[in-house]
Parts: sequence; structure tokens; C-alpha cells
Amino acid sequence: MSATARPGWMEKPKPATQAAKVLALVTVVLLVCVPFLVIVSTSLASQEEVVANGGWVLWPTSPTLQAYRDILDGGIVTHALGVSAGVTVVGTLLSLACTVTLAYALARPGVLGGRPALLLILFTFLFPPGMIPNFLLVKELGLLDSYASLILPVLINVFNLVVLRGFFQGIPEELYEAARLDGAGDLRVLCTIVLPLSKAALAVVGLFYAVAYWNSWFYASLYLESDHWPLQQVLRTYVISGVSMTDTTLGDGAVNAPQTIQMAVLVIATVPILLVYPFLQKYFTKGVLTGAIKS
Amino acid sequence: MAALLRERPAKSADKRSFRRPAGAKTERIRFRDRRSRALFWLMVPGLAYFVLFHYGALVGNVIAFKEYIPFEGLWGSPWTGAGNFQRMLEDQAFWDAVFNTVWIALLQLVFYFPVPLALALLLHSLTWSSVRRLVQSVAYLPHFISWVIVVALFQQVLGDTGLLNSGLDGMGLHTVDIIGNPDAFKPLVVAQVVWKDAGWGTIIFLAALSQVDEQQYEAAAIDGAGPWRRFWHVTLPAIRPVVILLLIMRLGDILSVGFEQMLLQRDAVGPQAAEIIDTFVYYQGIVGGDYGFAAAAGLFKGVIGALLVYAANKVAHRLGEQGVYK
Repeated sequence: MSATARPGWMEKPKPATQAAKVLALVTVVLLVCVPFLVIVSTSLASQEEVVANGGWVLWPTSPTLQAYRDILDGGIVTHALGVSAGVTVVGTLLSLACTVTLAYALARPGVLGGRPALLLILFTFLFPPGMIPNFLLVKELGLLDSYASLILPVLINVFNLVVLRGFFQGIPEELYEAARLDGAGDLRVLCTIVLPLSKAALAVVGLFYAVAYWNSWFYASLYLESDHWPLQQVLRTYVISGVSMTDTTLGDGAVNAPQTIQMAVLVIATVPILLVYPFLQKYFTKGVLTGAIKS
Repeated sequence: MAALLRERPAKSADKRSFRRPAGAKTERIRFRDRRSRALFWLMVPGLAYFVLFHYGALVGNVIAFKEYIPFEGLWGSPWTGAGNFQRMLEDQAFWDAVFNTVWIALLQLVFYFPVPLALALLLHSLTWSSVRRLVQSVAYLPHFISWVIVVALFQQVLGDTGLLNSGLDGMGLHTVDIIGNPDAFKPLVVAQVVWKDAGWGTIIFLAALSQVDEQQYEAAAIDGAGPWRRFWHVTLPAIRPVVILLLIMRLGDILSVGFEQMLLQRDAVGPQAAEIIDTFVYYQGIVGGDYGFAAAAGLFKGVIGALLVYAANKVAHRLGEQGVYK
């Protein structure tokens, strides 16, 4: 315990307290990690092992990637993966672009119509339109069964907008003034000064958008025909609602147990988040959000 | 590569200074005007989104006062006045949904709300910062997992053939019927919310805790205050405003509980246990095609919800705390 930074005035903790803390922390970590371990292990296990064990495996004795080969062999899951990736990338870029420009304009003093615009936006937070009007609007706009219906209706998130605006407002006014004296226009100030200074905030907001697009399934179930579904909606249908996967939904030669297939889909839907998370989580602990949450 | 990256900004800076003289004169004359106009155009795409997809959709709420006929569309359908609302108020299924919503929200308030607070206090008390960061990172993670996956994970762990039950079975104990059991549904959904969001919920408390001046603790310790008295007199006052604010906000939002979470599991346990206002709107409107009636229920929730948030905010100010808005 030499790595601790206990200040001099603090008592030495009692062993019982220490033990209770360690126990609590281990419990938290296990509660989060064990479910993931179970799905990864089950997805890697062989059909016989899963059946013998009654539906799940904690540690596969003879790991195989057969389940992944089956679902990535050109069936529905492969297509859904492409849809999810496409919607996530395009959606995140569009959302970031629109959120950044709006947040930047609202962060500068004295914009034409800035004050009413802000009130207009904050009111939508208090009073969302509701599911049925949203659905009818998407229908009237002719967006049904188009991928745009997954992006345009949720283009800007007010919380993300407020976070970015707060961050832009925190940039010292002198930098804006200096840039303007150098003859830079607002767009140039945004691109060459504000954005490079806001990498942390952009990373966090970008992650929020990407996660939201990647995890979204309800709008897909509402607006899209089943052959255009993204991964999460496919997952919902086959894993949670228990619709059985037929040969047509998998690639050719699928022979694996449904359980391993289901868990493999689950893993594929989770992995992108696990991959980007470690690179971005440091920003959360650094408190990029705290200022915005308070305001 | 690093050198290349460093080169680039310098180059563009050169270009900028080279161009400047040409535009400088007009720039100075129409300074304010041009600046404001450029910013205004930057706002346009974002504002257009809000106007179209929020205010445009908001207008669609007129359907709540109409009887929706598909081939007549939104504007051609006949008016029914408050007919939809009257039907809604007389519908037992609607009130069941309201009851479920409020009941689940209250359960969450009692059994979810204290968990992130306790976890934050535990994390804050850790003096070993690397352990603390590790646990924080692990605890935040479930927040980013979709509800589809969370529900599937719970099925895997708590289902008939899941981890828990086969473990109990292996030890010769009684298995427990949790997934698909209407009686266990409400505790289950609260447990899911705890698993998914308790870690993430610590952020705001940790932020409040980190604001406390370390010297206050030191001074208290020198004055002879033990750990409990320091907790009571220094830590608690520091997080009290945040706790009260979050409590009030949650009460103002009492008509909302996780829509996706409920919708995913409603079919397994039936509407009696799992129907909330939002799923009621979904099943009446989207599934049943009774758009006017469903929109009326949605509008009811929207108006009451906004009033509750407004009232909660007033209460917060009355208590001398900062509200959600001023």
C-alpha cells in the first residue's frame, strides 16, 4: 500500500473498514464483468459444451470461432452490421457538424437572434413533441424506410449542445479578439482556434452521439422494413423476442447451436463500444462534463 | 510524421497573413454586421433541425383532437374535440399504465437513487488513486451498453437456464423464477437500472465531492473530528445541494421511466406488470393505429410532465437551491 497518498492528518484506516471497502469494490467490478465474460465465453464455446452445460459457459474448454464465422458469412447479421456502422459514422459526423456550428454561434455574444434561438431550443427540452407526432412527421416527410429516418429526427441532442456551448464559452475571450485582429472571420476562428482547443469536449460529445446511434433500435423498428434493420434491432428480434434464426438469416453452412450464435451477435454488438471506450473514458474522469452539468 | 504535423499550421498561418491586406479594409468597415451575419448562418442548419423536427412535430399534436383516418391524413381527419381525452380518462388500461409508471419511478427513487451516492462516497474515500480510476472506468462502462444488450445479459444471468439458476441448481437449492415473472418484474427493472447507470450516476456526486477544500478536512481532523464527524460536517454539506437538486428533478420527471427498457420486456410479462404511459402510447398508436387516442395520452403526459418540472424547479428555488434553469 505504499502507493497511497494518505495525507498526514488522516488516521490509519481500521482493517475491518479496509476489508469492507475492498469487498464492495470487488463486488462492483465482478457484477459488471461477469455477465460480459459469460457472453464472450458462450459465444466461443462449442455446441456440445453449451448444450451439456444448460445454455451457458463460464470458460470454454475448446474455444472455437465457428459462431462468428456463421454470422459473418453474409447473412442478415453481416448486413445489419454494415447498416449500424454506416448510420453511426454518417450520423455522428452530421450531428457533430450541426451541434458544433450551433453551439459556437450561441456561445458568442451578440449574434442576431441568438437569445430567442436559445430559448426556442431549451423549450424543446422541457416539452418534447411526443412519439405519435414524431412518427406522423417522419411519415409526412416521406422518410419512412430510409436511413435518414434514423439520423435526421435525432440530429442534435440538447444536452450535447449545452455541453459544447459551455465549453466554447470557457475559451478565453482574448483568443477570439486576437484572432479577429489578425483578420480571421468567425468560421476561421472556429476551425483554427476553437476546435483544436476543444478536442476533449468534441471527443466526449462525439462518443455520446456515436454510442446513441450504435445503440439505437427503436426508431429502426418504427421506421424501417426488416431487411434494412441495424444490428441492435436484429439482436432484439432474435435474442430477446426469441424469434428463431433460420438458415436464410445466417450464411451458408450454419451448423452451430442457436445459443452460441446469439451470444456471438451480442458480442459483436458490444465490442465497438468496448474498443473506443478506453480511449475516451479518461475525459470523463477529468471532468469535461462537470461544468456543463452545473450550468 | 510528427514534424510534418507541426509544419502544417505554420504554413496555413503564412497564407493567412499573406491574404490579410486585401480584405482588411472592408472587414473593418462592416465589422459588426458581417460578424453577426456569419454566425447567424452558422446557426441555420441546427436551428432548422429544431424548428422542423421539434416544432413541426409539436404541431402534429393536433391529431390528439382528431380521429385519424389514414387516407385523409393529419389535416383531413375530422375533429373530435376532447373526445380522445375523455376516452383516455375513462380507460382503465390508461390508469394502470399511469400507476405502473409512478410506482416504478418511486421504486427507483428509493432503491436506485442512493446507490450512485453511496458508490461515489466509497470511491471518493479511496486514497489509492490507480485503484479508484480503475473501478471508476469499470463502473461507467454499462452506461454505454444498449438496453437491448442489457436485457439480454440479464436473461443470460438470471433466466431459467442462466448463470444464477444453474448455480443454485448445482448446489441443490431451489431455483428462482425472475425473467418472465410478472411479480418479479418491478424489482428486476430497478436492478437493471442500478446495473446500467449507478456507476455513471456517480460522476455528478464525485464532481461535487472534488470541490470540497481539502483543508476543511484537515482543519476538522486537527480539531479532533474523527472520520464520521468529518463525513457529517464536511462531506454531507458539500453534496447536499446536488442531492436535493437531483431528487427534485427526478420527482419532476416522475412520469418517465425507461421506455426502451419496458418495451423490450413488456411482451414477456404482460401489460399488467409492465405497461407504462410511453408503452401505452406505442401500443395504442403505432401498433393499434389509433393515433388520435395515443397522441392524446402522449400529450397528457407531456403537459403534466412539463408542469411537474416547472413546479419542481420552483420548489428548488424556494429551498434556496439552484434549479434546472433560472
